Formats: sequence, C-alpha cells, structure tokens
Amino acid sequence: MPSFYDTEVASRLMLGTAQYPSPAILAEAFKRSGAGIATVSVRREAGGERAGQDFWDLIADLGVKVLPNTAGCHSVREAVTTAQMARELFDTPWIKLEVIGHADTLQPDPFGLVEAARILTDDGFQVFPYCTEDLVLCDRLIEAGCRVLMPWGAPIGTGLGLNNIYGLRSLRAHFPDVPLVVDAGLGLPSQAAHAMELGYDAVLLNTAVAKAGNPALMAEGFARALEAGRLAFEADPMEPRDMAAPSTPVLGKAFLA
Amino acid sequence: MKIIVNGAGHDTEATTLSALLDELGHGQAKIATAVNEAFVPAAMREKQTLNMGDRVEIVAPRQGG
Repeated sequence: MPSFYDTEVASRLMLGTAQYPSPAILAEAFKRSGAGIATVSVRREAGGERAGQDFWDLIADLGVKVLPNTAGCHSVREAVTTAQMARELFDTPWIKLEVIGHADTLQPDPFGLVEAARILTDDGFQVFPYCTEDLVLCDRLIEAGCRVLMPWGAPIGTGLGLNNIYGLRSLRAHFPDVPLVVDAGLGLPSQAAHAMELGYDAVLLNTAVAKAGNPALMAEGFARALEAGRLAFEADPMEPRDMAAPSTPVLGKAFLA
Repeated sequence: MKIIVNGAGHDTEATTLSALLDELGHGQAKIATAVNEAFVPAAMREKQTLNMGDRVEIVAPRQGG
C-alpha cells in the first residue's frame, strides 16, 4: 500500500467529500470505497452556525485520514493563509496545495505552486501539490520539498480521464521513488485502473463518485478497478505488438482443406 | 467601528479578535481566523487588536475535493 510522508495508508483511493446528495450517502460511499484518505476544505462560517462542527463530526466518524485542500485559491498568499488555517482546524501538517492559474480549466499556476510549496514546506507542512504532468514543474516541486506529486488526469470535474498518457508515463519513469497520485479528471473506474496499470500509487477523485446516480455503488466500482489495475501492474503485463500472433498452437491442427 | 467580516460590512464595539468572535456568537466553535489576509492562530486572538476597516475571515471545516 502507498506511503505518503512516511504514513502508510490502507487504500489507493483518496476520496473527496463534496457534492454528495446527503451526509448519509457520503458515509456509505466511503464505506464501500474503502478509501483511506478524505479531502476536505475550509469555508466561511457565521456565528451560531454549526455547519463546521457537524461536518467535522461526520468526517471523524469515517475513521480516515484527512487531507485539507486550498481549493479555489488563485494566489500564493491566499493559498498559504488557507493552508495555515486548515492546519489549525484539522490538526494535520498535510495540505493538498492548489494554486489555480486559469479560471476555465482550473489548471494549476505552476509558478505560484512552486513558490507556495516552498513557503509551506519551510513552515513544516507536508505538501501534496495538485500539478500538471510537466516534468520540469515536478522537478521544481521536488526541489521545493514536496515528497508526493499529484498530476491531473484532466481538468477538475470533467470526467475525461487520463488526457496525456505519455506525460503520465514519463513522470512515473522519471520519479520512480516518489509517490504519484492522479488527481482530478477521472470519471470512470476504467480510467483509475489505467492509472494503476501505469504504476501510479493512488488516485484522488470526488465528482465521479458524488455525482454518479448511485454514489456508493460507483465508489465500490472504483475500489475494485484500483485493485485490478494494481494487480495488472505488479503482474508485469505483456508488451503490445502490431501484428497478430496465434495463441492456439498451430502444430497439430487437423488438415481439413 | 466599521470592519469587514467574511466579506460583509460589520459595526462592532470589539477591539480584539477574541472579543469580536464572542460578539458574533462563535463561542467554542471549531473555527480558524485571519485578519487582513494574515493567519491569526487561536492562541493569538486575544492579543490581535482590531482597527477600522480591518478585514476579518472566519472559516470552519467544509466538504472539499
């Protein structure tokens, strides 16, 4: 099982907690998924409101580790302050660092991401950067102190799957010892299985489960796909070839022409 | 004194962040705070003075992806 910042987790699935039809369905989806990590966020709260405490109680009951995010932050300062508030609220040094650079694609701002990662690492955070599959960017993130990389599969919430297989494969080859997580863009379990077949350590998803007609069933579908994909990776798959090769022995075939 | 709380105008008598949180009814709620875009740890709220026009952010745990 994967290990992040020397903490081993019991599942290759990180699951988001947003957009579920109800708290009960969220809880059932987590149960069926076996996810070991839940992503969470911080948002404004008015006096007397108990939404924060109620949500916290729900997450505590799931019995999983929490990974707070800086979702929606577009500047380094905003992301750093949000991370600091999240650390205090959730009592964890882990932070899923998002510094968004483009409003339509929610593509990470690579320059701001590296700067924020460096500031947060120096401040004692253990940073999980939401990044692209760009090799140079990922090199810079490692130099900034990140010990996990989380390249996108496709833009957040699109369900398009793995848009750049070559890039993701290159990343795996270039960073054989760094835990790699496909974060965002997955829509179907087959896409998660593919990420596993590429040798990725985990996937992080939310919308694909939360917005499915039956979130709990989809959560289990992803769990099984991750297991199948990982087994395939560990089994050392055959090399593809262009020309057909009969699998049934030719020798001994009856001559009937 | 007029300040901004979570993006909206607010008239307060509080001179510290801690007093403002009491005034707003946060009590012992699970919240985190920032003033003028800088994080203020819980232990520093009593010492964090407020001035006219300050921008206060009060956040709590929420769903996220």
